[in-house]
Amino acid sequence: MIAEPDGPEGRLRRLTTIWSRAVFPVTSTSLTRPEFEEQLLPLARRLSGALRARVFDAGEGEAVGAALVGAHCTAPDALSRSLDCVDAYLVLYCGEGGDQEDLRARSARLQHAMAAGFARALRERTLAEQEAIAQAALRAQGVVAQALHASEARFRAVFEGAAIGIGIADLEGNVLQINGALLRMFGGSEQTLRIRNVRDWTHAEDAPQVWRLYEELVRGEREHYHVEKAFYRPDGTVLWTNLTVSLLRDPDGNPQYQLALMEDTTERRLLNLRLRYEATHDALTGLPNRTLFFERLEKVLSAGDGRRFGLCYLDLDGFKTINDSLGHAAGDRLLVEVADRLQACATAPGEMVARLGGDEFVALTTGTDTQREVDELASRILNALVAPIRIDGRELTVRGSIGVVEGPVGERSAAEVLRSADITMYRAKSAGGNRFELADPEADARTITRHGLTTALPAALDRGEFFIEYQPLVRLGDGSVRGAEALVRWLHPQHGVLGPDRFIPLAEHTGLIVPLGRWVMEQSVRQAREWRERYGDGTEGPLRINVNLSPCQLTHPGLVQETVDILERTGVAPDALCLEVTESALIGADDDLLKPLRRLAEMGVDIALDDFGTGYSNLANLRRLPVSVLKLDRSFTQGMQQFPADPVDLKIVEGIVALAHSLDLAVTVEGVETGAQAEQLRTLGCDTAQGWYYARPGPPDRLHELALADATG
Amino acid sequence: MERPAWAPRSIDILVPSVARIYDYYLGGSYNFEVDREAARKAMEFMPGLPKIMQANRAFMRRAVRFALDEGITQFLDIGSGIPTFGNVHEIAQAVRPGSRVVYVDHDPVAVTHSEAVLAGNDDADVVAADLRKPQDILASPRLQRLIDLNRPVALLLVAILHFVEDTDDPCGAVAELRDALAPGSLLVLTHASYEGIPLPPERSEGAVDVYQDIRNPLIMRSREEIARFFEGYDMVEPGLVPMPHWRPETAPEDEDPYAFSGFAGVGRTSGRTA
Repeated sequence: MIAEPDGPEGRLRRLTTIWSRAVFPVTSTSLTRPEFEEQLLPLARRLSGALRARVFDAGEGEAVGAALVGAHCTAPDALSRSLDCVDAYLVLYCGEGGDQEDLRARSARLQHAMAAGFARALRERTLAEQEAIAQAALRAQGVVAQALHASEARFRAVFEGAAIGIGIADLEGNVLQINGALLRMFGGSEQTLRIRNVRDWTHAEDAPQVWRLYEELVRGEREHYHVEKAFYRPDGTVLWTNLTVSLLRDPDGNPQYQLALMEDTTERRLLNLRLRYEATHDALTGLPNRTLFFERLEKVLSAGDGRRFGLCYLDLDGFKTINDSLGHAAGDRLLVEVADRLQACATAPGEMVARLGGDEFVALTTGTDTQREVDELASRILNALVAPIRIDGRELTVRGSIGVVEGPVGERSAAEVLRSADITMYRAKSAGGNRFELADPEADARTITRHGLTTALPAALDRGEFFIEYQPLVRLGDGSVRGAEALVRWLHPQHGVLGPDRFIPLAEHTGLIVPLGRWVMEQSVRQAREWRERYGDGTEGPLRINVNLSPCQLTHPGLVQETVDILERTGVAPDALCLEVTESALIGADDDLLKPLRRLAEMGVDIALDDFGTGYSNLANLRRLPVSVLKLDRSFTQGMQQFPADPVDLKIVEGIVALAHSLDLAVTVEGVETGAQAEQLRTLGCDTAQGWYYARPGPPDRLHELALADATG
Repeated sequence: MERPAWAPRSIDILVPSVARIYDYYLGGSYNFEVDREAARKAMEFMPGLPKIMQANRAFMRRAVRFALDEGITQFLDIGSGIPTFGNVHEIAQAVRPGSRVVYVDHDPVAVTHSEAVLAGNDDADVVAADLRKPQDILASPRLQRLIDLNRPVALLLVAILHFVEDTDDPCGAVAELRDALAPGSLLVLTHASYEGIPLPPERSEGAVDVYQDIRNPLIMRSREEIARFFEGYDMVEPGLVPMPHWRPETAPEDEDPYAFSGFAGVGRTSGRTA
């Protein structure tokens, strides 16, 4: 609206501007002043209209006063400034041409009405706002109360529904509240629990710190603690719990309550005890088992201060036979009976019997005089086994072998002690059983070395720790070298050179003899070819190589094929090879066992019967065997080392030679050590000999020298 | 034992509320005697406090209109307090009907009152949450019903950050909100400061002490500290300035001296998302 500055509209504008400038600073509107002025303009127009109306209506003033409040001019100053403005300018700007006195009266009445209208509107507004904010506060409180109620209900549900026991007490120990789970754990009524002060909830098995922690907590020095604690139930039984106690403080941080959370562990504890029992006892005999025995032994061995211990390691003799013939059920009953008898043998304090497994039992004594006690214990055990055990109507006689270890504690580990006992027990067993032996460090060491060699054997073959020495075989008739016996040696990294007696039995036992034997044969045959290449066949036939065959090799199905392969591979004729088989290996040999030897003999390989005369040879059997050489054991030649020779020996050798020759067998003698011996044997008709008189076993080059000397001499 | 997150804080109308004190400064009657008493005490030290509040409201009004001019029709007003007059939804919906406004406050009375005021307005709602827990705000169903966070939002933090202590990591909360906003969103912020108050410092400290006494500490920050809240935003002209200087519609020199207390600014999230 564009107003003439001096026209009525322009004058109204000027009134409004003055008014807005006066009031704006005391309003709290966020409008700008020009915007605010626009709000006042219609109010000024109404006042102007009322001033000049034909019929005066003071109500217009009231409306304007109320409108001021509506425009957020609620400050008292806003009214006074407005009234000042109306009083000074309304008639001036809007009363042009009217009766000034009448206009001034009207203006005054309008101002009164404005004040009334403002007051009424402000009162209404204030009341409305107060009402609204009170309502809002009430609703908010309702919302909060409802949420609190819900939260409390949830807490209560948690409290009551919890599987763990919850109890709240004050710091004097008065129980204030307990939940259902706690009540169920203890049994009895809530009242009986509530009346007992927390400090009275002691138990004989309380750990020493339990009540110290409690006192610290109620004094406010500790926020919480966790213990395993037992309680007496009202009915006198024990309740085991995992107990957590926490200190509750008020909002200012002062200690106020104690909160106990407890979990019933009674069942779990029993189960643990049972599991522990089961884990440490043998299910069959009920004796302590290996685990418990080891724990106990370790404890004893770590006791220190000059104490001693004694241990008996019992293994039943021939238990396997009982098990195999009467069945496991009978075997088990036998073990139970043995266990009972053993139990009765070790009843003194510090004595303990355990079953290690199978038919192996141990008894431990830790008394004051273990050297004497352990002997007595071992004797008691053997005596306990004397009476036959009756099973299924049979009287079974059970014997046992016991290894006894006695000594000061603190020197050996449990495993070492038990190993020594085990070794000693085997010594008792090999000595015939039904006895006890005392552990002996040297015997242990031998066994341990033996064990060490056994386990080192396979790797030794892979690493090439074996080598072969050759001992010449000499023809007694002219002293010429006819061949050599291959003798295997082990260059052990720690033990040095070991002879076959130290490791061949072990190799036999483990089966390693098969690959080892194959290796020896291959090396020896190769050596034979080398000799042949060097010295030719000669008029007396080729130099021959003798290789020992162990019983195990003899039954190995690949023997013939492997021998053939080796001969073919090296291009050596079968007659250059002689396989030596011990007499004992062929005792009672059937055709199946002899078949491979026969095939080899048919091919032209010589078979020698080694150690002849040491076994109980069936001489009649001799003709059945595919052998072409008898090797007389050194025991026959030992008697000829002296002069004059033992005439009985002479007769025996003479007889054997005659027998051999009549069967078309050549005779070789071992262990020839003197010239006299050699001469004697030649006279008796022996064909070939070997022994230190000619040469000790040595590297293949030594044979070169002998052969060479023989050829030139 | 700490109060669980789902247990509501209790309300006590015997404790003054900053929201209702603010209403009293603005001449409203949505307040109780405890509020008025605290307000009168603060005004003994700083009689011009209402003018500062009024300048805040006037700045907010200009800023909301600026946001609308920028094409933004979604508003998130955190610390909205007691709705009196000249509220964001009134300003915005008058210019652009259908503009959506979500108010947030942690004062239960302010929230229930806002609910009453907004009843029947489908495009505005209020969320009971705390600025210190932005995820509570962002994840609230009421916010998600009204505000599409994939489109720009005007985030209003008017006269609230000076009630958040440094130990509550206000910068972290502001950054978390910023990261949730689409590019082109605006941050509208005012903050109290000793700078610009037309009084000797000890007088304004007296007013600060009043807030301390009612356990709602007022944290006065320097312009530099306040500027840090705009990290990740490009400042809109004229930057961080006393309230009357921010895009004035009338001559600033006509303003009450108290209106120049503290700082106001608007920032815009850059095109690249954080």
